[in-house]
Amino acid sequence: MSMFNKSKYLNDTDYSPSHKEFLKSVGQYKLKIKLFQVGILVAFLVLWEVAATFKWIDPFFISKPSSIFNLIVNLSRDGSLFKHTAISVTEVIIGFVLGTIIGTSFAILLWWSDFVAKVFDPYLVVLNALPKIALGPIIIIWAGAGMRGIIVTAITISLVVTILSTYNGFKEVDSEKIKMLKTFGATKFQILQKVVFPSTIPNMINTMKINIGMSWIGVIVGEFLVSKAGLGYLIVYGGQVFRLDIVMAGVIILAVATALMYQLIAKLEGRFVKWR
Amino acid sequence: MEQKEFVNVKNISMTYHTLSEETKALNNLTFEAKRGEIVALVGPSGCGKSTILSIIAGLIKPTSGEVSIDGKKVEGTNKKIGYMFQSDHLFQWRNILANVLIGLEIQNKVNEENVTRVTKLLDTYGLGDFKKHYPHQLSGGMRQRVALIRTLATEPDLLLLDEPFSALDYQSRLAVSDDIARIIKKEGKTAIMVTHDIAEAISMSDRVIVLSNRPATVKSIYDIKLTCNEGEEFSPIKCREAPEFRHYFNNIWRELDVYVQ
Repeated sequence: MSMFNKSKYLNDTDYSPSHKEFLKSVGQYKLKIKLFQVGILVAFLVLWEVAATFKWIDPFFISKPSSIFNLIVNLSRDGSLFKHTAISVTEVIIGFVLGTIIGTSFAILLWWSDFVAKVFDPYLVVLNALPKIALGPIIIIWAGAGMRGIIVTAITISLVVTILSTYNGFKEVDSEKIKMLKTFGATKFQILQKVVFPSTIPNMINTMKINIGMSWIGVIVGEFLVSKAGLGYLIVYGGQVFRLDIVMAGVIILAVATALMYQLIAKLEGRFVKWR
Repeated sequence: MEQKEFVNVKNISMTYHTLSEETKALNNLTFEAKRGEIVALVGPSGCGKSTILSIIAGLIKPTSGEVSIDGKKVEGTNKKIGYMFQSDHLFQWRNILANVLIGLEIQNKVNEENVTRVTKLLDTYGLGDFKKHYPHQLSGGMRQRVALIRTLATEPDLLLLDEPFSALDYQSRLAVSDDIARIIKKEGKTAIMVTHDIAEAISMSDRVIVLSNRPATVKSIYDIKLTCNEGEEFSPIKCREAPEFRHYFNNIWRELDVYVQ
């Protein structure tokens, strides 16, 4: 019913004093949350910096924010930071997109044929339970010790989850809604296109949110194993030469990149699920 | 033409099979509906009423017996039939107009002429201002009217109504059943309606078929003649005040009651 009242909210002079008061208190509460969120981060960084400067903690093992910041500035000046980030992000995007497409296609196949779904069920259960990282070395040997191997690792980690959760989403579609389309004479493809797929979109977006994290795990593990570039490489390299500032910088950039990608999918959700 | 038999249900029986048992749902059911009639099927819950509609719609095949519509045997789904469900089953990601057009879309019949006709239907039945709204913005009664128009959009000759008002609260239920019965009569459709509400069945329909407990058989058939429609527009709510109403109600109630015990 919210649409009907919209015009009422266009002009705030219409508000009663008590409603204004209410809006004000909601606004203040939100501001308070934001302040605390930023405050915790700032306090943490300051404490870390101070503790490292006064040698309460050993900066050799734990590094400190200012040297991490300087390193990030230096690395971005010579362009190597962007190179490493771009390589990892490219691998993640390719892995994520391919994983989603292949996984969704496979889910459609399972939905299409109950027989196929029943036959593959035990295999999917076992593959789902298996920690896919264990397959890393095999994949690297088979798919090559380079970008290809890393991308395949990323796909392997996200694929089974995509298949299972998308297929379960397909199965949860109200059978009465399908019956409704059947009474109009809908074909199986039309049922997929008009009701099964669209009603599973929220579920698919949730799966994507999980998968972006999965793809990052795959890429980082792949880079740990073989690469000569990328954020995973940067982190492993920093660890090997005991440069904790490099490790920390790598982790921070990783966190920023993951968060940005997650936000992108959340935006996508806002576009596709606006009827909610 | 007026009194010709339009739907013929002849000796249908239906048995469901599961691994643990087989269940006989329908037992040798026979009835018919004439063109332009509203026929109500009443019976105890779980007696297989919905199964009958599914068979008439061609969604499932009866174990034995046959159904013919306008002289043609039912084999598979039929574009002459419109099915209306307990829930409106509107797609929440489509606006009202797009929801109403879904049937035409499935049958590849979306064209300017049909869209204009459907738009006019929405206008006629008080939904003209809500074409661009989404289902969650509408009340239950309005949504059910949208569902009826979605069913009417493909221009079916026969409507199958499966307890179409049971998801509504009592007031909306009265209002919407009044609306819908009027729409069906006005558009000249034949309808077969399943309900467990005796009053609704008597007030809306031309004939009430009482079914027995599972496996369902036809227990008796009442031709409903109420003195409520003289000169005025058909209104089931008004028909509830007809002097004969109570008489029918008591008879049908008694008949159902026997099977409750």
